[in-house]
Amino acid sequence: MDHLTMAIESSCDETSVAIVRNGREILSNIISSQIEVHKVFGGVVPEIASRHHLKNINGVADEALKVAGVTLDDIDLIGVTQGPGLVGALLIGLATAKAFAFAKNKPLVGVHHIQGHISANYIEHKELEPPFMALVVSGGHTSIIEVLGYNEFKVIGRTRDDAAGEAFDKVARVLGLGYPGGPLIDEIAKKGNKEAIHFKRVYLEKDGFDFSFSGTKTGVINYLNTEKQAGREINIPDVAASFQQAVMEVIVRKAVDAAEKLGQDKIVLAGGVAANSSLRTMLENACRHKGIMLFCPSTILCTDNAAMIACAAYYKYKEGYLDDMSLDAFPNLPLE
Amino acid sequence: MVKMKEATIKEESGKAISITEVIIKDESETKQFGLNLGKDLKKGDVVALIGDLGTGKTTLTKYIGEGLGITEMVTSPTFTIIQEYYSGKLPLYHFDVYRINDIEEMAELGYEEYFYGDGITIIEWADKIMEIIPEHAIVINIEYGKTPDERVYECTF
Repeated sequence: MDHLTMAIESSCDETSVAIVRNGREILSNIISSQIEVHKVFGGVVPEIASRHHLKNINGVADEALKVAGVTLDDIDLIGVTQGPGLVGALLIGLATAKAFAFAKNKPLVGVHHIQGHISANYIEHKELEPPFMALVVSGGHTSIIEVLGYNEFKVIGRTRDDAAGEAFDKVARVLGLGYPGGPLIDEIAKKGNKEAIHFKRVYLEKDGFDFSFSGTKTGVINYLNTEKQAGREINIPDVAASFQQAVMEVIVRKAVDAAEKLGQDKIVLAGGVAANSSLRTMLENACRHKGIMLFCPSTILCTDNAAMIACAAYYKYKEGYLDDMSLDAFPNLPLE
Repeated sequence: MVKMKEATIKEESGKAISITEVIIKDESETKQFGLNLGKDLKKGDVVALIGDLGTGKTTLTKYIGEGLGITEMVTSPTFTIIQEYYSGKLPLYHFDVYRINDIEEMAELGYEEYFYGDGITIIEWADKIMEIIPEHAIVINIEYGKTPDERVYECTF
């Protein structure tokens, strides 16, 4: 008997609704920043404004049901991102999920956004099962998480200041590359020399797995200021490549060290920055060298999307998690 | 010891406001400054931080938080715009309004409940929302100094 989960994701800039069969098979995954949906709504969804989620959510939900070829009555479970994220944005998703659950008398499960990102890999890799080491890198998060079960997590390391994606955005801004910084730096770095400038690698404590990217970001800014004052021309591809190398080297080293130290033979990459080609290549090489299996989601599953939330909700529900109408948004929701 | 220089300037309205200039040599002095400020802050205080990328707004906020007795890790709130911390002597509401394009978006976030609430509010990129920064706010303008590590704080206290 097939089990259908409908899930809603609205924690940040993207409004997304998905229908997923048996936890791992996508029937539909509508994301409102996709061109098709922009056509439907006549414009790009601006960041942070919850009213735009409100405007879009019903249309996106209808589209998700239509593409999947099902109706609300066919749905067995409603999943929704509960946090972390922008509170106003989260509330729109929650209110919608609760309305569906209440009107159709369906079970409701709240999901942690990061659990969703990790779960994207269950959709991509049908054979993947916990335990493994997860490396979550996105605009808002940089964490190493030991995944002991579908619903059991241990945060091993996280950023103490900027998330990696955030550092990329900020450096892209000072280099005049625009937004979003990650893909732009990744692209221009391909034309640069990653050894041209040595930016500081911040490893913090020797045996710890926490990250700090603020110092590397400031290093780039200081370098640009010094060069400008000296009247020297700046080679943007070299700066981008060298900065990217400094950040990714630390991330890869820490992720591999964490897996080795805790005896995990699998690393699962997740989050928006998982699409970065330099990170993938470096991680692939490091994992091959150490005999660790690496799992990465496809680009569309790296971005914020509701299919990953549906997958996480399915495995929570299977293990007995259930929420009621008091389910609330938590902008700083912890994973553990 | 942190070097200070005081000056009084007159605003266009004729109201005098005093500006204290503080030279911060490196991060250890940021820490000293932040810890002291954090200890002095009272319920309802608002700290408005202005300064370019890499001037250390989040770093200063971490130390102010430490001065308030916050034990959680204070990280950059760029992603969620607001981060709330409750482990200190007073709640800390940490804003990064860089991505705010319109004051209306601040209204949607319910900023008044924070700015005029019972905790401490620290706002990074405050210059983007100057028209809604409360009059009683402490404004700290951060500039780069003579060396890569040096910063100059211009404070309205």
